[in-house]
Amino acid sequence: MPIEAVTGALGAKTASEAGASETGAAPSTVNLRQEFAETGLAEVLDQLERELVGLAPVKGRIREIAALLLVDRVRRRMGLTVETPTLHMSFTGNPGTGKTTVALRMANILHRLGYVRKGHLVSVTRDDLVGQYIGHTAPKTKEILKKAMGGVLFIDEAYYLYRQENERDYGQESIEILLQVMENQREDLVVILAGYSDRMDHFFRSNPGFRSRIAHHIDFPDYSDPELLRIAELMLEKQNYRLSPAGQDALTHYIAARKTQPLFANARSIRNALDRARLRQAIRIFDADGVVGVEALSTIEAPDILASRVLKGDPAATA
Amino acid sequence: MRITQGTFSFLPDLTDDQIRNQVQYCIDNGWAVNLEFTDDPHPRNTYWEMWGIPMFDIKDAAAIMFELAECRKTYSGRMYIRLTAFDSSHGWESVKLSFIVDRPKVEPGFMIERQERGGRNIAYTTRSYAMNKPEGERY
Repeated sequence: MPIEAVTGALGAKTASEAGASETGAAPSTVNLRQEFAETGLAEVLDQLERELVGLAPVKGRIREIAALLLVDRVRRRMGLTVETPTLHMSFTGNPGTGKTTVALRMANILHRLGYVRKGHLVSVTRDDLVGQYIGHTAPKTKEILKKAMGGVLFIDEAYYLYRQENERDYGQESIEILLQVMENQREDLVVILAGYSDRMDHFFRSNPGFRSRIAHHIDFPDYSDPELLRIAELMLEKQNYRLSPAGQDALTHYIAARKTQPLFANARSIRNALDRARLRQAIRIFDADGVVGVEALSTIEAPDILASRVLKGDPAATA
Repeated sequence: MRITQGTFSFLPDLTDDQIRNQVQYCIDNGWAVNLEFTDDPHPRNTYWEMWGIPMFDIKDAAAIMFELAECRKTYSGRMYIRLTAFDSSHGWESVKLSFIVDRPKVEPGFMIERQERGGRNIAYTTRSYAMNKPEGERY
């Protein structure tokens, strides 16, 4: 279990630190495992491991952050100085790689660690922050920031905030207010920016202030074929469906074929494909008329997937 | 003369931490906390001006403290600033808690005017010394 490994390593680290801190009534040793259990963090990290397929670098970074906050918590108890770390983050990655899903979890994790006081997530886009006329932007942005205080502000497709082609765009004003609050009220809220890699790179290049104020730049990698299949199975499981063995083979072919086509959006494409497969399954059962059992109602068969436009003309589809 | 209005008015002025805790208590009860200010300290003056727009949908006291700091930047030492917590639930729809968080440096107090009327009756009026000056220049 990787989480165990991380806590194991942490245990060793604090043990050595504990020797240096013999101050007053502060405890000289702290059981990090017990601390870990008290925060209920294991549950959240387990859930993350179970429900999010792949994303190794993301999970790694989340564990690092969790470990740092846990150690800080213990350090505070021992009377060591703790400086509030900057936890503003930027999530970059292709469409459908799980940025929003992870942001939601992040709010929960930070709350459990006591970094944010309330742990709610306020999800906004450009429209919520930027006004339509002069003097409209500042109150609008401040309003959103106030709502997010004590929690996490998630700005989806953050690159839209900055419109290079229009120098009088109000987005710039919003960015300035954001930067100011991100700097001065670090203990009150965490800002997470998300967007597609290339456009976010461009955004950060045009707004260097943003790049330096964000401590964690996390890149979400694309999913591999087996990971996408695993994601599909998880999605179906949640909706009480399952794939027949032939259906599974068909989906494997589908994923490989879909990847080569334009506008591939990772997990989102898979979700859409599954939604269409469910439609075809429904009409297949409907046309077959007669009595249906639970088994038939919850099984996605190969033809449901092979009928897809993506696999038309693919030799593998006929196999 | 120190003005006593609203909750906690006979206690020493609340510190920022105490204010924060009160605000969080209000938010946790589902009340909307707003900031108001005035330079007319008469107890019957119920219409104070609102600082910014009403603050609904706020989960953490930090947001109110942020606005309070902004309001103080503009009016501290020149106006009375108070916090009000409004309960919008059916049947209440009124302010549940209100207290002064900032006051002018010098509070000249009130004078009392006696008006002699027929039949040896006397009518009383209280009047703040600050009210002798026009609005905005009182403190």
